[in-house]
Amino acid sequence: MDAPVLDVKGLKTYFFTDDGEVPAVDNVDFHVKRGEVLGIVGESGCGKSVTSLSVMGLVPSPPGKIVGGEILYKGEDLTKATDRRMRQIRGNDIAMIFQEPMTSLNPVYRIGNQLIEAIRLHNSWNKKKAWNRAVEIMKLVGLPRAEELMDSYPHQLSGGMRQRVMIAMAMVCEPEVLIADEPTTALDVTIQAQILDLMKRLNKETDTSIIMITHDLGVVAEICERIVVMYAGKVIEESDVQTIFKKPKHPYTVGLIQSVPDMRQKKDRLYSIPGTVPKPGSITQGCPFAPRCEHAFDRCITDTPQLEEQEDGSRVRCWLHDR
Amino acid sequence: MAELARNENPIEPRQQEEKPASPWRDAWKSFRKNKMALLGLGLVSFFVIMAVFAPIIAPEGTNEQKLSSDNYAKLEAPSSQYWFGTDDFGRDILSRTIYGARISLTVGFFAVLGSIIVGSILGIIAGYYGRWVDTIISRIFDIMLAFPSILLAIAIVAVLGPSLRNALIAIAIINVPNFGRLVRSKVLSIKEEEYIAAAKAVGMRDSRILFHHILPNSTAPIIVQGTLLIATAIIETAALGFLGLGAQAPTPEWGTMLADSRSYITNAPWTMIFPGLAIMLTVLGFNLMGDGLRDALDPKMKS
Repeated sequence: MDAPVLDVKGLKTYFFTDDGEVPAVDNVDFHVKRGEVLGIVGESGCGKSVTSLSVMGLVPSPPGKIVGGEILYKGEDLTKATDRRMRQIRGNDIAMIFQEPMTSLNPVYRIGNQLIEAIRLHNSWNKKKAWNRAVEIMKLVGLPRAEELMDSYPHQLSGGMRQRVMIAMAMVCEPEVLIADEPTTALDVTIQAQILDLMKRLNKETDTSIIMITHDLGVVAEICERIVVMYAGKVIEESDVQTIFKKPKHPYTVGLIQSVPDMRQKKDRLYSIPGTVPKPGSITQGCPFAPRCEHAFDRCITDTPQLEEQEDGSRVRCWLHDR
Repeated sequence: MAELARNENPIEPRQQEEKPASPWRDAWKSFRKNKMALLGLGLVSFFVIMAVFAPIIAPEGTNEQKLSSDNYAKLEAPSSQYWFGTDDFGRDILSRTIYGARISLTVGFFAVLGSIIVGSILGIIAGYYGRWVDTIISRIFDIMLAFPSILLAIAIVAVLGPSLRNALIAIAIINVPNFGRLVRSKVLSIKEEEYIAAAKAVGMRDSRILFHHILPNSTAPIIVQGTLLIATAIIETAALGFLGLGAQAPTPEWGTMLADSRSYITNAPWTMIFPGLAIMLTVLGFNLMGDGLRDALDPKMKS
């Protein structure tokens, strides 16, 4: 087993608001190995996007701040890196794709210029060489008529094409890690499948590690090898993809899997987890999921569980699986 | 079938257009459909041409005192010789009005240009860096906007001394908050856009993001506001001229011409009508053009 490319240890990202501090990301650990696809799953507001922004060093500050933990990229702690070093890393080593392909491209520039700009930020290539590279990467992400698209403006492209352009822009400097924050959420289902195929193919061909942030378990099952489930700013379960679908351990993960519509079974009502995600920081004592948990007992309300390793290698933060 | 067969690759639809339309071409297309905007453009072009070719178009010099049979041709009514009549010194009003376009347009344009440059820089700094920098700049704008603008202009000219150049500086200064606030609000909304986050995510510097990504996205409202403010600036130039704080006699400035002919309004109204009409039409032209540009460039109007 080689060392992880990205190793996040005890990450704490807090937001300091007028109503007090909000621990959006609280003591999160995860790692990604070279060429691996890791899924980070959770409901809206569970801190998965803040986690990815923390890795990129793009947490809006103020009010956000990384208050603890380490983000080790090939052994280098990114929480201590200078702005200058972070700019070198962004795009070149760790790249990111955003949720909204419609608004992630600057509307006043042609596609080609935006790609060339991204290339020339990290390489001292001349325009011609950068242009060729841009066309090459656009062909790699499966955009037809790449040369012509170079002269198009973003509003002339469909959502799926724009997401391909975004992926092209993220991949253009051959990053080691690609963070994809809900890359398919804003797209329709047929395009979603194409984009996932594309990402899987890029992962195989270029050996880029991918962190897939999503609330969609279908996406996870499709592409990821290992999964981290987050709830209220904490990691509550981590395991490989087969285990998590066959034998989910945390009641929250069980609930998530049950709430996915199953085409083979006819059910009158789709399962839903009662209640909503608590505001981060509102539950200071006990398990943050306890108020919504069917299996909660006394200990869940008084003591906070820790992430414990299980026999099958997965890790769970739940008193039901305490050994 | 023949139709289908011709398109060999179904994934690649045949080209709909020869060239991808640029945002500016789209804007021109919708501007062209707006009749009032075209009228405004026509008026503005008319005055611009008049200003540029003043020496060729004007029948007489600006300060030539014309002679009639007995004395100099003082306060003569419009005639075939002097279309707009003459003023109290026997100067041809038509020629002075034509030369006046040079002064009004130049002052209007450069005053607004000055406001745009200073206002944009301050607005960008305030909007992007926020916090105490924003507070200081915004409060200064608030204070400036609390004064009636012409009063502020008079105060500035009073300090600098009355002249056309100082009137231009005063008008530029009083319009700075207009652009400053506009640019600040644009920066505030654009910096939250995902493409700015995406630009940061590829490792771009702050200064590059500001000038290559945020500023170009604010140009449309700046152009619209600039066009509308040229109209205001022209009125302000004329007002300062009228009060004797702008252009000094014998400069053929429209406001100064109005002030000089104040005493003849009852017996020689042409001395006031024509420069007044010139001010009104220029301002109307810029206003119509500005409104048309706003409609054409407003992203909300686009599908």
